[in-house]
Amino acid sequence: MEKTLPKIEIIEKYCKGCHICVEFCPKDVLEMKGFYASVKNLEACIKCMQCELRCPDFAIKVITE
Amino acid sequence: MAFDYDKWIRPGKLPHIWCPGCGHGIVMKGLIRAMDTLQLKKEETAVVSGIGCASRLPGYIDCCTLHTAHGRAAAFATGVKMARPEMNVILVGGDGDGTAIGGNHFIHACRRNIDMTYIIMNNYIYGMTGGQFSPCTPTGHKASTTPYGNPDPGFDIAKLAIGAGATFVARGTAFHANQIDKLIVEAIQHKGFSVVEILDDCPTTYGRRNKFKSVIEMMNRLKEVAVPVKAAEKMTAEQLQGKVLTGVLYKDETKPEYIVEYAKVIERAQAVKK
Ligand SMILES: Cc1ncc(C[n+]2csc(CCOP(=O)(O)OP(=O)(O)O)c2C)c(N)n1
Ligand code: SF4
Ligand code: SF4
Ligand code: SF4
Ligand SMILES: [Mg+2]
Repeated sequence: MEKTLPKIEIIEKYCKGCHICVEFCPKDVLEMKGFYASVKNLEACIKCMQCELRCPDFAIKVITE
Repeated sequence: MAFDYDKWIRPGKLPHIWCPGCGHGIVMKGLIRAMDTLQLKKEETAVVSGIGCASRLPGYIDCCTLHTAHGRAAAFATGVKMARPEMNVILVGGDGDGTAIGGNHFIHACRRNIDMTYIIMNNYIYGMTGGQFSPCTPTGHKASTTPYGNPDPGFDIAKLAIGAGATFVARGTAFHANQIDKLIVEAIQHKGFSVVEILDDCPTTYGRRNKFKSVIEMMNRLKEVAVPVKAAEKMTAEQLQGKVLTGVLYKDETKPEYIVEYAKVIERAQAVKK
């Protein structure tokens, strides 16, 4: 069965570069790219929603089916 | 599916003013999820605050909101609740606002057991004004006004609330984001004065001075100190040294609620007139 990947949307206008999403992602999916968070390895994402839950700035959305 | 916070945020208000990594945003998201879970009606929900970074929260939420005077959220909120008992009244604010200048209002709202919910974001400091110590700053910690370490012991907000008569008292942390909405849901559902303390972080004025290298270090500290009440039951006093209990710490459903009692006073007074 093929794994469906989510769409991870990072709203740069809101992102304050705090590193929280990157640090607490259990699968190391995200990284900091310059000031903003960015997706490094979407394949590894388990859609746990931790990043979306923890972001203090409403800047990251994990969009699943 | 991604949670739709937008329907609870006033259009055009984001990004908010809080610093990078400030936990107030995490608490606001928890409150929004709780209001959404309970399907509160915007016109029947009032979020009331005093002054401080934490007290800026109502400005972002799309429902009835009041941003009042420093430490006075409980007084204004009591007025709202007395005039419109059908409203869900939620107070929000910081440790400074709630336990220093507003300490008196806080304990008397607890004593009255009026049906409101108070979310207090405890970052151990006056964030907004540059990091003066608050009544919650732990002993020995540094603030702009205690550069050699704070000689005072800090308040335990939850114990203070229980002692003063609040009938629902819970504690969470900004690290345990998933739990915040659940505690707030229970607090709103409780009929009486409910206090939810969220241990929070202020990287800008507290973290910096107290040798936290980053927001992440502050979050990890919250993770380390928190012990759920259930888990604590099986731990020794030694193991609980330096830990803070989280979850629902106190609940009393037997104590009379103020709006109900006040309605009886009105009834008695009207009976006299006839
Ligand atoms: C009557 C009055 N006194 C003092 C102040 C200054 N003041 C503004 S916010 C604040 C403390 C806020 O601390 P806290 O409630 O912990 O909120 P935080 O900024 O840490 O979130 C103080 C002393 C004020 N605005 N009004
Ligand atoms: S949903 Fe979970 S696994 Fe996927 S990026 Fe977010 S934190 Fe990482
Ligand atoms: S947690 Fe939010 S604000 Fe912080 S880096 Fe990630 S997306 Fe940006
Ligand atoms: S000063 Fe502290 S409390 Fe205020 S927004 Fe910045 S981090 Fe948050
Ligand atoms: Mg504070």
